Amino acid sequence: MRPVFFVSVACVVALAWSDLRGAEALRVCADPNNLPFTNAKGEGFENRIATLMARDLGTRVEYTWFAQRRGFLRNTLSAQTCDIVMGLPVDTDAAWTTQPYYRSTYVFVTRRSRNLHIRSFDDPQLRSLRIGVELVGDDNANTPPAHALSRRGIVRNVVGYSVYGDYRTDSPPSAIIAAVAHREVDVAAAWGPMAGYFAARQPVPLDIVPVQPQVDGRFLPQTFSIAMATRRRDNARHELLEQFIKRRRHDIDRILAEYHVPRVDREQTAPPAEGTR
Amino acid sequence: MGPAVLLLLLALAISGCENAASSAVGPAHSPSTATSAPAGTNPASDTTGDWVRPARDYSSTRFSPLDEINTGNVKQLVVKTTFSTGVLHGHEAAPIVASNTMYIVTPYPNLVYALDLSKDGAPVKWKYEPKTLAAAQGVACCDVVNRGVTYADGTIFLNTLDNRTIALDAFTGKEKWASKLGDLNKGETITMAPLVVKDKVLVGNSGGEMGVRGWLIALDARTGNVAWRAYSTGPDKDVLIGPRFKPFYASDRGTDLGIHTWPADAWRNGGGTVWGWISYDPQLNLVYYGTSNPGPWHHEQRPGDNKWTAGVFARDADSGEAVWFYQMSPHDLWDYDGVNEQVLADLPLGDGTRKVMMRADRDGYLYVIDRTSGEVISADPYVAVTSTKGIDLKSGRPIENESLRPSLGQVVRNVCPASPGGKDWQPTAYSTRTGLLYIPANNLCMDFEGVEANYIAGTPFVGANVRMYAGPGGNRGEFIAWDPVARRKVWSIKESFPVWSGVAVTASDVAFYGTMDGWFKAVNAKTGEELWKSKVGSGIVGQPVTYRGPDGKQYVAVLAGVGGWSGAIVAGGLDPRDGTAALGFVNALPDLPQATTSGGMLYIFGLP
Repeated sequence: MRPVFFVSVACVVALAWSDLRGAEALRVCADPNNLPFTNAKGEGFENRIATLMARDLGTRVEYTWFAQRRGFLRNTLSAQTCDIVMGLPVDTDAAWTTQPYYRSTYVFVTRRSRNLHIRSFDDPQLRSLRIGVELVGDDNANTPPAHALSRRGIVRNVVGYSVYGDYRTDSPPSAIIAAVAHREVDVAAAWGPMAGYFAARQPVPLDIVPVQPQVDGRFLPQTFSIAMATRRRDNARHELLEQFIKRRRHDIDRILAEYHVPRVDREQTAPPAEGTR
Repeated sequence: MGPAVLLLLLALAISGCENAASSAVGPAHSPSTATSAPAGTNPASDTTGDWVRPARDYSSTRFSPLDEINTGNVKQLVVKTTFSTGVLHGHEAAPIVASNTMYIVTPYPNLVYALDLSKDGAPVKWKYEPKTLAAAQGVACCDVVNRGVTYADGTIFLNTLDNRTIALDAFTGKEKWASKLGDLNKGETITMAPLVVKDKVLVGNSGGEMGVRGWLIALDARTGNVAWRAYSTGPDKDVLIGPRFKPFYASDRGTDLGIHTWPADAWRNGGGTVWGWISYDPQLNLVYYGTSNPGPWHHEQRPGDNKWTAGVFARDADSGEAVWFYQMSPHDLWDYDGVNEQVLADLPLGDGTRKVMMRADRDGYLYVIDRTSGEVISADPYVAVTSTKGIDLKSGRPIENESLRPSLGQVVRNVCPASPGGKDWQPTAYSTRTGLLYIPANNLCMDFEGVEANYIAGTPFVGANVRMYAGPGGNRGEFIAWDPVARRKVWSIKESFPVWSGVAVTASDVAFYGTMDGWFKAVNAKTGEELWKSKVGSGIVGQPVTYRGPDGKQYVAVLAGVGGWSGAIVAGGLDPRDGTAALGFVNALPDLPQATTSGGMLYIFGLP
């Protein structure tokens, strides 16, 4: 992934900022049921960051709710029912991403009491342990850990958990983390922000460790930079987001840490996930 | 199977119509078992002019005994009536005609219109809105299509994208019952057309690429209650495999292969959905249908044959028990769903006549299979094929082209056919008069290169970058007439775009099909000579039908409205610069938005 080339044009930005300030609501496209990212109650970290931005602008957030699945961008951002997406990997084709505001990683999630200390896909323990991975649901496309494991011939002991989960429940994608706590699997290889958040909410302490290698083989990244996004050519709003990310970097970092988002773009790592009870 | 038998089947299918007319047209391949239908005496009960289900007959021939429109006068065809459905997206359904009424169903939101053919301009008799859940749109993989309703016994049976089967009074449009069969939350949708066999309605699910576990359900036609459900993966008891199961090939024999041919619990999300076509042989009392590709894992993550995906089942029509299974693509590598239609016929092969099914499969082979046993009699490529080197008739298995086996990050080029196959769901037609199978085909190949990152539900993931493009010759589609006995192409017409419409063929040897750039065509079924064409408002991905109107005259009808997987670039407004969109299909058809626009419209043609 290569970061989006970013040119700051100060005077244009200043103008854009004052033009938009207080003028209109911040129209955000979001999933109503996808913690820790967003939900309709505003409990996700993307909700929190959007609220912060709206407060800076003296306005409010107005959401267009749409499950973040096939057709999400097409039916929201591209259909102009909203103007901003709070989280997308940089260089996503269908939108114009900003500079990234965090970079996270796939992680191994284990019960602390097991003392497995798995750090790498090359750990021989992975040949026999029962491993949970997220099931994306798009033929031939999978999460990078699923590919990294199959490259090593580790397939028979791998179990898939739908990334969509059961949408009728509160936290659809959390089943894979609960599966570690409930001993359905010995280890999960899951996307960091989701894993960090739900691991902290399990009844037993779980360990979260970034997977290694971070680029598997020549081509398989396990880390991704996440940015905000607008429609292409929506210059004013795009600059607004860029400026916000710059100005509020520390506040954004604080929010992400509160949600236990594992970071690979910071010296400090997120607070370790502690069992809360 | 001859027209006389077809008439008999039709008569059996429609209760209250005891007197089906007999029209003895000499079939080229007359089945030895053909029995004459009772002679019709009352014209009012003559249903030979109807088209009550998308495939027209249980053998799925899409052959009409009507012959008023013939090779001589077809060029005089004019538009008699049009009707806008008010819906965009791919209109893949066949208009259904029964009792002087035409029934059409739209893509999501699955509106049903009943049009009164006895009145000038075919006004709307009733309209039904199933209030399909909007969330279903985000779950369907390849546009929000519906492949048609079915008429039986004064009832219209409708499947909705949000997993309901609904029975409507054909005369009033009033709901008789509705039955919810699947769960959007699991990624399930329904896009196929139901088939009514005796007292049961057969329905299958879609969503293999979402990690759905495939099934076929038989509902009681009177109540909507589930009579039986046969899964496509998992333990034998779920698959309804029991003592009657006698597959022809050794690799399909064993206990619980629906578990043991998968790693760990992968069969639970294994695909094998049933989103295509079902045929029925009343004499054998068997129903036949295919299962979708295994998924959603990359193939390296699901070692094994992945039973019972990408194959065809024969089941007892009453109990659902499996009788045989044949797997076209064991451990499918290329998204070659096995859901294409089974055309049943009795062909002169070897020393006698054999009861066969013909399958123009996604994998590019035209299979002729003994439908009593599941033995493959012949399997010949009907389009360019590189992904395999032939079908080994001893084992029934494809001979893999090892050099093309895909691995993430490896570049693999020139895989033919591409994932939509030599032919996708768009159904063939078979004429008992010419003995030819009419195949609406794709001519597409594909490359896998690099890794494409994507993002869904807050989660980044990666897959191969897939790009499709025209196969040898540069044309992306072809309309093929195939002789299943001589095992060869007799003639073909090259088309610029994939031929994504169905086909209808008549007793007067006229075949009808449509193109994605909006031409509706009639060709001589014997020679392939183009006899007539008419430009319609949008590309055609629907299924043409022909019927006898209340005035006794023959008409031809088709829904225009581009979309579906192939037409997603127009119906979904995808960016032509992103060649990998629509799972790589956009790369093959960047010029489609210049050739047509979306919009559902019914066209009825007739002689002046």
